[in-house]
Amino acid sequence: VVAVVVALSLWYLYPPRKSINLGLDLQGGIHLVLGVETDKFVASQTERAAEDLKGGLERKGVGVKRVAREGLSAIAVELANPGNWNDALTVAAEFGTFEVTQRDDKAGRFTLAMRQRQVVQLRDDAVRQGLETIRNRVDQFGVAEPTITRQGDDRILIQLPGVQDPDRAKALIGRTALLEFKLLDEQTPVEQAVAGKLPETSEILYQRRVDKETKAERKHPYVVLKRTLLTGAELTRAEVQADPNSPGNWQVAIEFTATGARIFGEVTEQNVARHLAIVLDGTLYSAPRINERIPGGRAVITGQFTVDEARDLAIVLRAGALPAPVTILEERTVGPSLGADSIRQGMIAIIGSAVVVILFMLIYYRLSGLIADVALALNLLILLACMAAFGATLTLPGIAGIALTIGMAVDTNVLIFERIREELRVGKTPRAAIDAGFHRALRTIIDTHLTVMVTAAILYNFGTGPVKGFAVSLFVGLAASLFTAYFFTRLVFDAIYMGRRKVAAISI
Amino acid sequence: MIQFFGNPNYNFIGRRRVAYAVSAIVMIIGLGSLAVRGLRYDIDFTGGTLVQVRFEQPPTVAAIRAGLARIQLGDSIIQEFGDPREYIVRMPLTTVSSEELTKRVTAALGQEKALGKFEIRRVEFVGPQVGRDLQRQAVYAVLFGLVGILVYIAWAFKSVKGGVAAIAAVFHDIIVCMGGLSLTGREFSLPVLAALLTIIGYSVNDTIVAYDRLRENRGKFVARGKTFADQMNDAINQTLSRTVLTALTTFLSTAILLFLGGKTLEDFAFVLFIGVITGTYSTVYIAGSLIVDWTESVESRVSKRKKAVAKA
Repeated sequence: VVAVVVALSLWYLYPPRKSINLGLDLQGGIHLVLGVETDKFVASQTERAAEDLKGGLERKGVGVKRVAREGLSAIAVELANPGNWNDALTVAAEFGTFEVTQRDDKAGRFTLAMRQRQVVQLRDDAVRQGLETIRNRVDQFGVAEPTITRQGDDRILIQLPGVQDPDRAKALIGRTALLEFKLLDEQTPVEQAVAGKLPETSEILYQRRVDKETKAERKHPYVVLKRTLLTGAELTRAEVQADPNSPGNWQVAIEFTATGARIFGEVTEQNVARHLAIVLDGTLYSAPRINERIPGGRAVITGQFTVDEARDLAIVLRAGALPAPVTILEERTVGPSLGADSIRQGMIAIIGSAVVVILFMLIYYRLSGLIADVALALNLLILLACMAAFGATLTLPGIAGIALTIGMAVDTNVLIFERIREELRVGKTPRAAIDAGFHRALRTIIDTHLTVMVTAAILYNFGTGPVKGFAVSLFVGLAASLFTAYFFTRLVFDAIYMGRRKVAAISI
Repeated sequence: MIQFFGNPNYNFIGRRRVAYAVSAIVMIIGLGSLAVRGLRYDIDFTGGTLVQVRFEQPPTVAAIRAGLARIQLGDSIIQEFGDPREYIVRMPLTTVSSEELTKRVTAALGQEKALGKFEIRRVEFVGPQVGRDLQRQAVYAVLFGLVGILVYIAWAFKSVKGGVAAIAAVFHDIIVCMGGLSLTGREFSLPVLAALLTIIGYSVNDTIVAYDRLRENRGKFVARGKTFADQMNDAINQTLSRTVLTALTTFLSTAILLFLGGKTLEDFAFVLFIGVITGTYSTVYIAGSLIVDWTESVESRVSKRKKAVAKA
């Protein structure tokens, strides 16, 4: 059995450099926890349903005074003429995910509220789609072995080992990347709009302009119609190109799907001579004049981009927009040089404690101490092999856990050896003393191992990244020590002392 | 053969009153320090941003502070971290996002000419939500750990008293460790929490070895006239060499971790270092002694009642 375990361990550990995953604190990288603002997704979906409802009512010839989102997930409707009440309710009934909660047929007012099940579903969708989108972006960015998982209800955990430029990676991941095409409101002068006189259908968006010489950033206001004509959802391609009009700058060329191209063609046809604003996450990038109908569904986004900025923009556009904005709840970034320092110090600590403990056992228990030392080495071998086999991650606290395991693993042997010495003092023969020693110590060994393993398991369940790493190595180390310190040592003792007829003394 | 203890027979339990006094004093100092000086919580629990910077030339704290003052962060906590060129800056939670904050710090330090070149080696940001969650998880982890141990001891030794006494010993150890953290002005962080939980495990481990021996001895023939206190004392003496040896090896491991493990592991190792000492001590003088006092007080009450019954 021992031979098999050793062979398996060695096999898992080969090749040594690649077999054990190093934690972010050791190899450097980014650990991020993002919170998905699911409220905003529910609100935007309700908003969209309100638009659809308004359209539906108008098609049926029902005049409305007001259709607007109310709160997070309700739509308030006010009819122009309460006489159309029944028609209006028929249209509303088509919205299966909503139900009428308040009604006042005399005033022609009613409220539609989204069903609770649908709200829950939407929140879940928002996180799931967000996860997918982020995974897509990270894949295209090119990170080796990223971890992207859901955490709890509305959180996403992202771990990117070995990323050199954390700021860029964060910008890439955290950006909503909602691309919208809107028309400029050419009736309202900018000065008047900035002063606050703005029609309800328009809004002010800003364009960032960077001065080439001073690097100073200015914000330039535009008045834009709120209605979105087309979004980045209808995109098939996005590529980086050199900007022909402004040397040294880059642009992103995009191509729409068939539907997108048709809408784009119609929009440009109907609005020749007006300006089309290209808006990304609420910032206006450019507002070129539409000279003629643009068929084929191609466009470019310009905006004084560097090549990296343009490349990242192309990535987020290809991967799609996040369904809802995300915020960074937790971030831990470790530079690669710090990680290397930590590994070095951790190794010194492990080797140091191993040397001290091994010498101590050897001096105090002589041959038996040597056996315990071999058991300890075997323990470390199994511990590392298990971590490699289960794909566990070795973190800095994990290294601490190993150093601690060394100290505690010999405890089992100390327990047994002290017991054997005790039995010898009572006057038992060496063989009987060995038997009694192992036998009597077993119960205690199991008790002590179980309690510490219970705490390690609890640590694992409640801890985050680094603490988990510590719990893993402690747990595995203890399990391994149960095997090596008890069974392996017993085996060696039996081989040495039980085979012979007469044993004069034990080297203990 | 090297042997530290031949056949020890120290009267541990008999001197328990002295030990209670010592424990009480240590715990009062610890609790007093926790109450007066308080415990510094790491950003893991309070939320905030931490930036670790390595400078090419050893900087002065004043220069770093001057740099940070440009962005109204002059009141941040600035600490040397294990090396005169390495510094940690801690900033409280702000409305600014962590990316923006890091950028501003980099820019502000870059403008301070006296600082020379530097490298940002680590950035940690913990939002208020996560901080609160971690606080809650920490409390749960400790509570569940204690409950798990209580249940295990009560079950394995069929003794609720033993479980409670073991938990009392653990509480003692936790207070001593936290008091030590407070006195030395160290921070309570996630790794420190992990260390505390390990100490809980270690302390109980030790206690169990002694209880185990007690149970084994009681299973055998008990000599007449041996009080419960004597039996406990025997059990402690019989396991003494093991206790000391294990404490010594574990202690050596943690000492090496503390002195060679680097700054990142220092607080963690510090708690283990203190914990191993108090964990070993509390086995004898808290877990062992309390169960003796408790059992004796129960027995004396029972015998009083018997006498009362006999009189009547």
